[in-house]
Amino acid sequence: MKRSHIIGIVLIAAAIGIIISTAGDASTYVSFEDAYVMAKNGDSKSIHVVGELTHDASGEVTGIYPSPNKLSFRFIMQDEKGKKQEVYYNEPMPADFTRSEKVVVIGSYHDDLFVADKILMKCPSKYQETTVNAEM
Amino acid sequence: MVHEFIGDLGHFCVVVSFISALYAAFCFFKASSIGEISIADGWTKNGRMAFYVHAISVLGIVVSLFFIIYNHYFEYHYAWSHSSRRLPTHYMISCFWEGQEGSFLLWLFWHALLGIIIIATNKYWEAPVMTVFSAVQAFLGSMILGVVIPGIELKIGSSPFILLRDAISAPIFASQPDFIPQDGTGLNPLLQNYWMVIHPPTLFLGFATTIIPFAYCIAGLWKKKYKEWIRPALPWALFSAAILGIGILMGAYWAYETLNFGGYWNWDPVENAVYVPWLFLIAAIHTMVAYKNSTTALKSSIILVITSFVLILYSTFLTRSGVLGNASVHSFTDLGLSGQLLIYLIFFTAIAIVLAVVRWKEIPTSEKEADTYSREFWIFIGALSLCLMGFQVLIPTSIPVFNKVIELFGGMGNFAPPANQIEYYSKFQLWFAVVVALLSGVGQFFWWKKIDLKTLKDNLSVPLVLTLIVSSAIILFGDVADPAYIILLLAGVFTVVANGKILIGLFKSSPKLSGGAITHIGIGLMLIGIMFSAGYSKVVSLNNTGMLISKESSAEFNSENLLLFINEPKTMLDYDLKYKGERLEPVNENMFISKNDVAKTAVAHLVTAKTQIFKGDELIFDVNDTIEIAPENTFYEIEYTTRDGDKFTLYPRAQVNEAMGGLLASPDIKRGVSSDLYTHVSSVRNPTEEMEWSEMEEFRVGIDENFFVNDYVASVEGLQRLETLEGIDLTPEDVAIRARIKVQGEERDYISEPVFLIKDGLVGRIPDEVDDLGLKLTLLNVHPETNNFSIGANTRQKNWVVLKALEKPYINLLWLGTLILVIGFGVAINRRYSEFQKMKNKGLE
Repeated sequence: MKRSHIIGIVLIAAAIGIIISTAGDASTYVSFEDAYVMAKNGDSKSIHVVGELTHDASGEVTGIYPSPNKLSFRFIMQDEKGKKQEVYYNEPMPADFTRSEKVVVIGSYHDDLFVADKILMKCPSKYQETTVNAEM
Repeated sequence: MVHEFIGDLGHFCVVVSFISALYAAFCFFKASSIGEISIADGWTKNGRMAFYVHAISVLGIVVSLFFIIYNHYFEYHYAWSHSSRRLPTHYMISCFWEGQEGSFLLWLFWHALLGIIIIATNKYWEAPVMTVFSAVQAFLGSMILGVVIPGIELKIGSSPFILLRDAISAPIFASQPDFIPQDGTGLNPLLQNYWMVIHPPTLFLGFATTIIPFAYCIAGLWKKKYKEWIRPALPWALFSAAILGIGILMGAYWAYETLNFGGYWNWDPVENAVYVPWLFLIAAIHTMVAYKNSTTALKSSIILVITSFVLILYSTFLTRSGVLGNASVHSFTDLGLSGQLLIYLIFFTAIAIVLAVVRWKEIPTSEKEADTYSREFWIFIGALSLCLMGFQVLIPTSIPVFNKVIELFGGMGNFAPPANQIEYYSKFQLWFAVVVALLSGVGQFFWWKKIDLKTLKDNLSVPLVLTLIVSSAIILFGDVADPAYIILLLAGVFTVVANGKILIGLFKSSPKLSGGAITHIGIGLMLIGIMFSAGYSKVVSLNNTGMLISKESSAEFNSENLLLFINEPKTMLDYDLKYKGERLEPVNENMFISKNDVAKTAVAHLVTAKTQIFKGDELIFDVNDTIEIAPENTFYEIEYTTRDGDKFTLYPRAQVNEAMGGLLASPDIKRGVSSDLYTHVSSVRNPTEEMEWSEMEEFRVGIDENFFVNDYVASVEGLQRLETLEGIDLTPEDVAIRARIKVQGEERDYISEPVFLIKDGLVGRIPDEVDDLGLKLTLLNVHPETNNFSIGANTRQKNWVVLKALEKPYINLLWLGTLILVIGFGVAINRRYSEFQKMKNKGLE
């Protein structure tokens, strides 16, 4: 066998290895229920859950509990299947958190609490205004 | 009045540039395909003319758009959504790359310029290379064409010259079609930064130059000049890699200074989309160098040059088609160009692949295999490692694309990017970096075509011993404990030492050839800098209390943040901290002023001074001077005291930034030779939110009589009847009285100036806040009969800020390495370009 063949084989093996490991390390978008089942089955991998904050009848955001020292906070989030879940985030609450239309939490269940390692917020008006006001 | 002419002119230029690019491509194509020289010459001349027309019209587009922005023609959507009246001229240039159309324009502009240089510097290669150039220009031009094909309602491109009333259907335009907004919505304040003036053009120049090696490669395949294309392509490939590299690192530096993710690299899809083609381009350069020395690796050079250009197209598609969605902070808004972008990508990919496949059998290969002890063999292995390194980043970055493809076939793609991106990419990239670093150290010793194992051992022994000594010293003094980091450090030091040895040797004999050695030293230093600053980045503001967070969970958490109340000192690792209050930055003065020393006016960006404001001993603003500020920015003064008693102050910033979804924190960095102290606020009270005030407490006092509000001593210094009051029409019958109240805080005195008003027989009161102390004073009433007044006081929670501080050791090695890398590229470009020139002057190319 020529050496170039060996190099070729090693190269292909490495490429396949990379793809497989990516598939293994990739996270997934799931609902709270699936995430809970995963954690119960001992799978502690971090996953993505997409959802919204809860609102009362007048549209005010409800269920946000900052810790007294402001260094962390908990909030209620409703996933796309409608399940409500308390989420804990060990970072101070981002100033405009309550304005976000959609929230993506990345993390996993610790017992009955969902602990987020990271929060992504989708806020209204990203980059482009959609209307013009006369007084401008 | 709507200025239609300039927009029409701009749009006309767009159309001309598109058609002339098509025509130029056609002429150059004819010139390249026809064998007969006299006819071919005519086509070349035609093509050249067409390309000149194209270049002039591209310039015309740029000038028209700039004219619109510069003159504040807000009837145009582009000016309205990316600029405003207050925008300084030097940032108007940045408007070009905030929008997607403008950044295509920048790209077109660079290509046009590069095309002219190619025409001027080439003889033989002109026609085929310019065919590729012009075709690419036609595709890019179509992105901003903004033409709707009637009948099928197919929109091609998005024009930057579209009028606001056509872009946005607001009710106002129904009643007033000629309505022009008074002001634009402004440039994203995040882009109002000097790095953002130079980073995008540099990066786009890097993007634009990748077409040159690709065009030469295609020309070589097409004209069956399989070997000759390498010589002119190589200096441009080096130039491209250097500029792209600088562009990437400028972005990294900007992120380090401006964003708050605690570093310079976040493995964001947009960052990856440039990093991957850059790695492939570097790999291509290496195989091209190998080919020049020994006629091996020609086929791999062709493959790699094509791949790096295709990857540039792919990253354009990723960042501009909206496929990344919210996976990235810097992707552009989707302009509905995905289809066009996809055609662009597929067109050039297909042409390159078909051409390469058709010509494959004819491409010469060297008969014998490269020897294990040859330089070329190891260069080749290095290039492969670089490709795998890029491939490893490419796959996870493409996850959103895979999801889209799965959805296309009716499936449900629910893959998400790895949860902790930094950790994930680092664990792979670290080992690739080690391999690349070792190879770039060893590879340099295979200077000659063949050396045996013994010579190699002799040559390597000194660098190896030196590496071990230096690394041990660094490990001991730098406290490097992680085995992976130790290996990376060894590899980095080895690269520096081994290439240093080569460099010393070269300086004596032929300094012109030292580009490779210098570049590799830069890479080695960068790796060491990255290893320390990222691997040993230390949270200084650590709270090791470990709280149980709730009864549902048994997990304990430490906080990496610190809560500071104003003027209450706190201790964190190695430092005493004191938060001293909120600050504003005057637009034209390089200083900070306290929010307490100014009063707001009706205009958000203008404030007036309440007291004299000094910078050092120099009086900058007198009482009642108007000061222009950037109202979206608030700075938080944090005083640090080290254990030795040294004091310094940092001003991390929070910016109200609607476009980025709210409040955005930027760090302030205390720079040191061996490490940086990096501080940003992680939570502040929202400046746009209403405060909760306590019940009002009333005082009845006379002039200069002390009273106590919230434990602070206060006294009324005087009253003044006002003739005019901003925002209110005062008639002679009305009364407006302003009190001047001094409050003695812990650190300094504050002035509060509440106003008591009788207008049209009605009483009004305008309270004034002492921001630092969380105090609001109201002049409730004036009692002339007893010569005293009633003052009301409300209090709220004191000002606070939550802070995070990190130490970044030896980050300067990264920047120093970057600088050396660029110098090395410069030397190499110089060498390769003079080689090409020599051949051209001989009339050979």
